[in-house]
Amino acid sequence: MAGWDELDRFLQTDPRDVGCEQALQILHVYVEAVLDDETGAEAARRYPGVEAHLLSCGPCAEDYEGLLLVARADLA
Amino acid sequence: MRSADDPGGDAGAACGGVRGGGGTRREPDEQTAQWLAALGGSGSAREQAVSRLHELLLRVARAELGRRAGRHPITGPELDDLAYQAADDAVLAITTKLGEFRGESQFTTWAYRFVVLEVSSKLGRHFWQRPTVALDTADWERLPDRFGISPVDHAERRDLIAAVRRAVDQELTERQRRVFIAIVVDGIPLDALVAQLGSSRNAIYKIMFDARRKLRAALAANGYLTASAQEADPEHHQVR
Repeated sequence: MAGWDELDRFLQTDPRDVGCEQALQILHVYVEAVLDDETGAEAARRYPGVEAHLLSCGPCAEDYEGLLLVARADLA
Repeated sequence: MRSADDPGGDAGAACGGVRGGGGTRREPDEQTAQWLAALGGSGSAREQAVSRLHELLLRVARAELGRRAGRHPITGPELDDLAYQAADDAVLAITTKLGEFRGESQFTTWAYRFVVLEVSSKLGRHFWQRPTVALDTADWERLPDRFGISPVDHAERRDLIAAVRRAVDQELTERQRRVFIAIVVDGIPLDALVAQLGSSRNAIYKIMFDARRKLRAALAANGYLTASAQEADPEHHQVR
C-alpha cells in the first residue's frame, strides 16, 4: 500500500507553512542561514514556516536548491 | 481573515517577522558595500556595475538552467536565449528595487534570488511552447503513477482513482478541482499553470494547500487514510 502512503504524505499540510510569497521574500536570508549552519537546523529554528513550506512546495524547493548552490559557489 | 492553516496565515510567529523581511540587518560586507555604491551611483561607474551584474547573473542563469536540465526540454541557442532573458529581467528588477535591499544578506545572494526566480518563471511560460499535456485533459488513469503504484497493481490503482476522484468531485470547489486535476492528475508543472492562468505561484499554491487539506480530511473520514492529530484537533481549523 505504498501508493496510499505516498498520497497521504502529499495531502498532509503543515499549519506553519507560510506560502510561496513569504518564503521567497526571505529565501536569500534563509539560504545564508543554511550556509552558516549546513545542518539546516538553525535556519529551521529561525524560520520554521519557511522550512515547512519548502518541504511541501516543489517549485519553491527547486528555487531554494538553486539559490543555495550558486550562493555556496560564490560565482562573484 | 485567514484560517490558521492557510499558508502564510501565521508568518509573523512562524518566521520571526517575515513580512518585514525576516532577517537581521547587519553592516554590509566590503563586496556588498561596493555593489551598493556603484549601482546607486551615476555615470560610467554605474553603467560598468550594471554590466558586471548582468555578466554575473547570466552565469547564474546558465548554471541554474543547466542544473535543471532533464526537467525541461530546452537546449542549445534557445537555452542561452532564456538565460539572457532571465539575466536581463533580473538586472532590471534589481536596479529598480535597489532601495528595497535591507542588508539582511550579502548583496549577491539577494541578487541571485531574482535571477533564480526569473529562470523558474520563464521555464513555466516556456512549457506551453511545446506542451506535453493539454490543460483540462483529466486522464485519471495517470493518477496512480504519480504515487508510485505499479501498473500491475490493478486493484490498488482502481481503488485509489475511485476514492480520490469521488473526494475531488464532492469536496472541492470548481477552481480547486481544476487546479488539482491540472497539477496532480495531468502533471502540469505549477509554474506552467501559473503562466497559463495568469495567476501567481502563491495563489495557485494556496488553492492546492486548501484542496490537499480537504481531500485528506475526506479520505480519512471515509477510512482510506488515518485521521491526523491536526484533523482531530478543532483548534487547528480556527481562524486566528
